[in-house]
Amino acid sequence: MADSKIDLLQGTLDLMVLQTLAAMGSLHGYGIARRIEQVSGEDILLNQGTIYASLVRLQERGWISGEWGTSDNNRKAKFYSITKKGRKQLAEDAVYWQRLSGVMRRVLAMQGEGGEE
Amino acid sequence: MMRWLRQRFDRLRSSFPSVSRDGELDAEMASHLELATEENIKSGMSPEEAHRHALLQFGGVEQAKAKQHEARGFHGLDILWLDLRYTFRTMRRDPVFTLVAVLILTLGIGANIAVFSVVNTIMLQPLPFHDPQQLVWIAGSKGVGGRSAQTYSSDAYKEFIAQNHVFESVTAYFAFSTDDNMQLMGNGEPQPITGISVAQNFFGTLGVKPILGRSFTADECRHNAAPVILLSYGFWRQHFAADRNIVGRAVRISDQSMTVIGVLPETFDFGSVFEPGSKVDVYAPAILDDMEDWGNGLSLIGRLKPGVNVARAQAEADLVFPHLHFNLKHPDWGGSYSAKLTILKEYVSGKLRRSLIVLWGAVGMILLIVCVNLSNLMLARSAARSKEFAMRSALGAGRGRLVRQLLTESLVLSGMGAIFGLVLAFLITSYLAHQGSIALPLLSSVKVDGTALAWTLFITVATAVVFGLAPGFKMSRNNLQNALKDGGQGMSEGKKHERLRSILVVSELALACVLLVGAGLLLHSFLRVLDVDLGFEPARTAAIKADLPYNQNGDQRGAIAQDMLQRIRAIPGIEAAGISDNLPLGMNRSWSLRANGKDFDQGQFTPTFVYVVTPGYLNAMGMHLIEGRDVSWQDAASNQPVVIINQKAAKFLWPGEDPVGRTALVASKEATVIGVVADVRESSAETEPGWQMYLIRTQFSPVGSNLVVRTSLPPEILASSVMSVLRAINPGQPAVEFRTIQGIVDHSTSPRRFFVYLVGIFAVLGLILASLGIYGVISYSVTRQTQEIGIRMALGATVSNVQFRVIAKTLRLALIGILLGAAASFAVARGITSLLFAVHPDDPPTFTGTVLLLTAVAVIAGYLPARRASRIDPMIALRNN
Repeated sequence: MADSKIDLLQGTLDLMVLQTLAAMGSLHGYGIARRIEQVSGEDILLNQGTIYASLVRLQERGWISGEWGTSDNNRKAKFYSITKKGRKQLAEDAVYWQRLSGVMRRVLAMQGEGGEE
Repeated sequence: MMRWLRQRFDRLRSSFPSVSRDGELDAEMASHLELATEENIKSGMSPEEAHRHALLQFGGVEQAKAKQHEARGFHGLDILWLDLRYTFRTMRRDPVFTLVAVLILTLGIGANIAVFSVVNTIMLQPLPFHDPQQLVWIAGSKGVGGRSAQTYSSDAYKEFIAQNHVFESVTAYFAFSTDDNMQLMGNGEPQPITGISVAQNFFGTLGVKPILGRSFTADECRHNAAPVILLSYGFWRQHFAADRNIVGRAVRISDQSMTVIGVLPETFDFGSVFEPGSKVDVYAPAILDDMEDWGNGLSLIGRLKPGVNVARAQAEADLVFPHLHFNLKHPDWGGSYSAKLTILKEYVSGKLRRSLIVLWGAVGMILLIVCVNLSNLMLARSAARSKEFAMRSALGAGRGRLVRQLLTESLVLSGMGAIFGLVLAFLITSYLAHQGSIALPLLSSVKVDGTALAWTLFITVATAVVFGLAPGFKMSRNNLQNALKDGGQGMSEGKKHERLRSILVVSELALACVLLVGAGLLLHSFLRVLDVDLGFEPARTAAIKADLPYNQNGDQRGAIAQDMLQRIRAIPGIEAAGISDNLPLGMNRSWSLRANGKDFDQGQFTPTFVYVVTPGYLNAMGMHLIEGRDVSWQDAASNQPVVIINQKAAKFLWPGEDPVGRTALVASKEATVIGVVADVRESSAETEPGWQMYLIRTQFSPVGSNLVVRTSLPPEILASSVMSVLRAINPGQPAVEFRTIQGIVDHSTSPRRFFVYLVGIFAVLGLILASLGIYGVISYSVTRQTQEIGIRMALGATVSNVQFRVIAKTLRLALIGILLGAAASFAVARGITSLLFAVHPDDPPTFTGTVLLLTAVAVIAGYLPARRASRIDPMIALRNN
């Protein structure tokens, strides 16, 4: 594993996919992967292939839906878009992550006082 | 609508997991890579590098697939698919286990399907007639006595039809037709065929419709009607090549031209229902008007009106039958008829019910033993696989998942067993269906049908669950750490295993014990039956049906018979010869026999079996003349009639007196008793003899001519010379076969033989499986204790010491099993008492024999591993670990 990149926590990829689809509308798997890479500034370790596990999971939960279509440059690809249920879930998860990251930030800030480093 | 259809289709498609969804994923990934490559090219890479880069960005394609699979979650079918693949891999890795398991299952399941098919056809399925539960068998004389006592005269039949209110219709067939009673002419030598006369409404009452042509009309059943016949399906195919234009054609049978009016369906087999073990070729209408003076001879079958039960019909029959006339020309003769009504199905197969249930039980026990054995094998294997399972559960497989995997394995095994078992059962049933010599009803229609297939499915699943579940739970409950530790022979885990395996072996032995006792009792009974003094000597005796005229006057009949016997006796190798109209254990008829001048209570008389014979018949059959003399040609038609009676009749009619020289009333005709013969078992080897009498052919009318010869050579060698004598006397003599009397006896004991053989085979199978089971357990425990034994031996235990410990352990298991089995056997033996013949259910030889046999088997099963144990080299055993 490359040390320089961030390994994804369980469940984070799903949230990223949902957010990407919510922001961008309908996208194919490659598009989603590229978009996430771009937004993260190439900072996270994403084997683009792993996106498909996430896509199928989200699909089964009914948070996104997929349909075969044609891309701008005339290639057949499966396009995903977020469902109503997905949006609701995204809202819940976003709140949760924001709270969690807030907590994490505060907790990690506390570290300085211990003087470990 | 389209959308709905597509959803359905998608769902269906996704039931074939790896195919469709993976295909879609592949397409999606391919397009992903293309898009990535394209973008890379746009950013200035060479096509090759662009593609390589795309792959790199993507990460491993296979990993992505695996991850996607995982994310998809495992659906039932996905898991099944995985488990199946895994199972087949495991089975390939352990071919010996697979082979043994499938073989055992094939035997167990195959035997079960075959027996079920027999039970189903004979006992469970309704008779192959329309509304068969309404059909009733009507038997005279409370169902006892010879055929003429249980049948009715044509006048009685006609009267009953007129007076009856409970039957929709009553039909009849002539019960005295014998095998090969007609000759098919026109193709070289006349060929013997079997025909039977049935009442006009016979097929209508049974609900059997000819597949070609029609049934008999009332006109065809009148006196002097042009002869017509219906053909059985088999006869039509065999002799007329299934010619569909046969109807209307004339066929020459027994010197008469008969018009074929129809062909009966394949499903109708008269013999298999009414005369087990014989085959009827043609059906002719019974001309009731011509039968008035024939006496009793019609067997009656009635179809109850809807809503009438047997009890009500019986009540009416009890009122009507006593008033029926034997012969309207002689109203004073009195019919003294009675009737016992039985549902036809019950009459046909009721007697076999218990035997069939026993057979079913035996084969069920075999399946149980098979299950126990496989449980054992699976457990033994689980010891070897425990690490594999521990690993899987450490990797996150839940307990349910492991049990499911094991169940899949057992289902696959039992499924394979079922497939081969079906093949086996198919072979067995088609073999049985062609055993014409076994006198079991409906046997010819035994086949593996839809019901049997359903039964197969049921027992397959049940078997898999029974033998897969116990090891499954056992294995999945194993302590993870123990199993993973490299101890290999984790003692605590092994101990528990061994206890379960011991319980299995004990139950296996107990089951085998019950089977062996049951088979032993039946076998002992069968030997007793074979040992019965039949009253004649079947060995070296044979019979052939001679075609002699018997409607001439007595002296003419006598002269022909005398001439024929003289020529027959001249053939070298023939020691004795004689003729009788009926043979024991075959067709029979009965008349009344009284002591002249003595008053007896009417109820004490039983119908007396009557045989019209020639001088020499008693000798040829090897019967024992107790006192007096045989009939002789001097007993001419014009002389005082003579009769030979059997001991049983003599004891009753002239108790404490010498019957020879006394006058008897034979069917109301005076006859002098000239001799007494030992009783002959006339109905079956197992039935106590009734009253019998022997009359001479010159003085009484015979109903046939069976030539009986006692030979010093095998009968088949003499067949051609005997046949040429018969041809010389009657050129029309058909080419009938020589039948050994032993063959007739065997035919009569064939149902018992059939059951004994089957139960015996099952018992042997059970014994083999149980001995394999006990051998497996002991052998395995010796292997596990190699080290311990090595230590013992290093510490000075002797070879015999080691052997003794192993054998003692085996015997302990065996004795528990035998004890439990013997206890169960006592109960089972009581249940089959009615199937035993001259053998007590607690038959000491059977029980002792079974216990000794099982003990011996256990000792052998223990000795082999014991010997191996004693040869363990302490040094090697200790070094090994």
